[in-house]
Amino acid sequence: MNIAVVEFLGSNCDHDAEQWSLRLSAARSRMVWYTERDLSWADLVILPGGFSYGDYLRCGAMAARTPVMEAVIAHARRGGLVLGICNGFQILCEVGILPGALLKNQTLTFLCQDVYLRCETSASPFTSGISEGSLLRVPIAHGDGNYFADPDTLRRLNGEGRVAFRYAAPDGSLKPEWNPNGSVEAIAGILNEGRNVLGMMPHPERASEPLMGSSDGAAILRSALRALGS
Amino acid sequence: MKARVHVFLKPAVLDPQGKAVQQALKTLGFEEVSSVRQGKFFDIETGDLPGGEDPKGRVEAYCRKLLANPIIEDFRVEVLAP
Repeated sequence: MNIAVVEFLGSNCDHDAEQWSLRLSAARSRMVWYTERDLSWADLVILPGGFSYGDYLRCGAMAARTPVMEAVIAHARRGGLVLGICNGFQILCEVGILPGALLKNQTLTFLCQDVYLRCETSASPFTSGISEGSLLRVPIAHGDGNYFADPDTLRRLNGEGRVAFRYAAPDGSLKPEWNPNGSVEAIAGILNEGRNVLGMMPHPERASEPLMGSSDGAAILRSALRALGS
Repeated sequence: MKARVHVFLKPAVLDPQGKAVQQALKTLGFEEVSSVRQGKFFDIETGDLPGGEDPKGRVEAYCRKLLANPIIEDFRVEVLAP
C-alpha cells in the first residue's frame, strides 16, 4: 500500500495528511514534490489543503498546471484513488477531474469551525464504511469553499449519486444556517464519474483522533484503505 | 503585441464581493447604485507570435488555458497594439 501526499508551494496540510496516513495504517506514505511526473507506484494520492501559490489568479489555478497534475490525471484514469482536501478539492475542479468550481464564501469571511457532514452515498471507496445519512463532525478552514455548478451538472451529480457529503444541521436536516459558505445544495464533497476521486472542502485529517475533539474523519481514510485491501 | 484581457463572472454566478461593494457605495450615499460586479484585467505584452498567428486568437487561447475558468467566468480580449 503506497500513499502519495503531493506538496505544492504553499501547501500547509501536507504533514497532517501524511501523519493521518501513517497513524491509520501500515501504509507507506511518501511526500511528493509538485515537479514529480510519475505516480504509477501510488495506490492513493492525497492533494492536501493549504494555499498553493498564494491562491494567486484563482484558488488552485496555478497548482492545476504543475507537472505532477499530469501524473495525478493519469493515476485517476487508471482507476487509482485520489482524495483532494480543501485546496486539493479546488485543484481537482480547476484541472477538470471534478466538475464545478469553488467561489468565495457567501459570508466573504474566512471560516474556521466545525461542521456536520451528512454522508449522501456509501457507494464509493471513501465512504463505504460510513452509513448513508450518518453525520461526521469535522472542521472547515477556507475562504473559498462555496461550491458552484450549473443546473445540468447538478442534475447529473444528483442523478448519479455523486454528492458524497452535504453540510447539515446536528439533526441531519439541511438548513441554510448550517450551510456555512453558501454552497449550492449544501454540497461539501463530490465524486468523479468513476467514483475513485473524492474532493471535499472539510478537513477529515484534522478530526482523526479523539485528542483532536473528533475522530469522525478517520472513517474516510479507513474506508479507502479497506477498498485497497489493507 | 500588447493586449488587455478582461475576466468577469458569468451573469448566473453570484458575486458576493460585488454585492459588498454595492452595499458600501450605498452606505456612502450613492443610493442609485443597483448592481456591482467585480472582475479583473490583465495587461499582456509579448514578443513576435509564432507563425504570424492571429493575435486575438492567440490571447483567447491564454484565456481558455489559464486566465479564465470557463465554468464560472467569461472573458473579453482587446488587442491594443499588434
